[in-house]
Amino acid sequence: MIHFRDVSAKYPRATREALSGVSLTAPAGAFTAVVGPNGSGKSTLVRVLLRRLAPRSGGAEIDGRPLETFDARELARRVAVVPQRESAVFSLPVHEYVSLGRYPHEGPWRAATQRDVALVDRAMDDAGVADLATRDILALSGGEWQRARIARALAQGGDAMVLDEPTTFLDVGHEMGMFELLASLARAGRAVLVISHQLNLIARFADAMVLLHDGKVAAAGAPAVVMQATTLERVYQWPLVVTRDPAVGAPALVPLRGHRHSSGRASATTPESSS
Amino acid sequence: MRGALWVGGLIVLLVLCALAVALGPVPLGLGEVWDALMGEGDPNAVAIVRAIRLPRLTLAVIVGAALGMAGAALQGSLRNALAEPYLLGVSGGAAVGAVLAFGAGVRDASTIPIFACLGGGMAVGAVLLIARAAGGRADPRVLIMAGVIMGAFANAVIMVVLANAPPNTVRGAVWWMMGSVADAGWAQIRWLAAYVVVGAAALLFMAREIDVLALGEEPAAALGLDVDRSARRIYLASSLLAAATVAAAGLIGFVGLMVPHIVRAFGVRRHRAIVAGAALVGAALLVAADLVARTAMPPAELPLGAVTALLGVPFFLLRIRKLT
Repeated sequence: MIHFRDVSAKYPRATREALSGVSLTAPAGAFTAVVGPNGSGKSTLVRVLLRRLAPRSGGAEIDGRPLETFDARELARRVAVVPQRESAVFSLPVHEYVSLGRYPHEGPWRAATQRDVALVDRAMDDAGVADLATRDILALSGGEWQRARIARALAQGGDAMVLDEPTTFLDVGHEMGMFELLASLARAGRAVLVISHQLNLIARFADAMVLLHDGKVAAAGAPAVVMQATTLERVYQWPLVVTRDPAVGAPALVPLRGHRHSSGRASATTPESSS
Repeated sequence: MRGALWVGGLIVLLVLCALAVALGPVPLGLGEVWDALMGEGDPNAVAIVRAIRLPRLTLAVIVGAALGMAGAALQGSLRNALAEPYLLGVSGGAAVGAVLAFGAGVRDASTIPIFACLGGGMAVGAVLLIARAAGGRADPRVLIMAGVIMGAFANAVIMVVLANAPPNTVRGAVWWMMGSVADAGWAQIRWLAAYVVVGAAALLFMAREIDVLALGEEPAAALGLDVDRSARRIYLASSLLAAATVAAAGLIGFVGLMVPHIVRAFGVRRHRAIVAGAALVGAALLVAADLVARTAMPPAELPLGAVTALLGVPFFLLRIRKLT
């Protein structure tokens, strides 16, 4: 379980807080999603979790234990994080790249064990990159690269997984595959925390959603609770309606044609708004 | 396959070493070289081999190996295929440290590297600060620009200090700025070897951390690496290697740039193997460069740093094209 308790954080030289008083929980066995507009503080949560940014107040806990009491490798053995941005500089076969996921379990001179090899192979299978094993990571397409990164996090093991926009660059098929994979990891007992802009897919897959706005929690709860047109319209500053997906019954957001006023209020243009 | 590469590299190095001892103003046959090494045969040949060519060769091997390893570690940990001690200004800072120590009357072959390390360490710190202020270490070009500026500043300081120095007590500015393994002595080689063994052991020990750092700061942190501490230790060990070579042989650029690329071109991907391979290739490259420096335009001897720069500059230009 990952728990953020009343976290406030500010970047050096920033004028306002990136997070102010954010609390949220990603319990074991559940798919929890953090959504919100650009700059709402989603990725800052990840940075706090990676201890790249120290909170000004509040803090995070893993299974009830304060984050700061973990040794860095111990933390990495418990929580696998896939940060938003990552670009490769040097050639590396995909298999070798995924094997780096075992780093927190290695000693300085310890060679990979049978178990490490098996876990890496399994992770590559699960993320759908087994057939790319010998390909150079510099030669991967955006989607392949994203899946290789997930494979690395899977190889890392642990009972919690945090992914910052894991389906960026993925086509519909691979995106659905990714969400199914994450949902199955949650069903198998892991705490899965996903940051995403894909509100409609989140509404279908997530057990709980947290909507961030200007570094604060604007709404939290089951998708049906968070996916309210008035809240989302205010937060995203865009005219929209929330309907029910006819095929699957989940709440679905439909952004309308329109424009954003300088005041930040949004309004729809006819005829779409009449629907 | 991997084993064959190592054996091949070793054979190339040994052949170059044999040539380096045999060739020169007085060419010697391999038989004569062997006799001289054993202390037999023509006393002149014995003197040439044992007092001049062998120490020079040994110095070139150690300096080349150290520069190769430092370049490999810096490129990997900084995620920058252009990084190397010379272009990052580390060598320049080390030269300033060594020259200042020399100017202050320090003559001990064991202590000068300490001042060189201090200078090199300060230079790498300053370069990283400048790069961060100018838009981040993430852009390899910004970092190299900061390093080149630092190198130019270091050259200026060396020239100013040496302009006032008595010519007999201080090696000339050209010696420091163009590098040379010509006046090698065994005492100096022993000290250099001690520093290089320590630096090399540290880098080999931290090699897996370099693999992880090469992914970038956030992914490395996600894998449980204490990024800042790990990076600092790797810069320190690389600076130690580079600074010790500068104290012993002056500024020799581009070896640290070219060598890791050559090693990676053979498909070596893990940094433990890259660092070790860079030692082998670095040694071979510098022995070859010194051989060229001694034999290309007799009786004149080319500055060693000029030979490596003549090789390295086209290499640099090819690499920078890939970045833009």
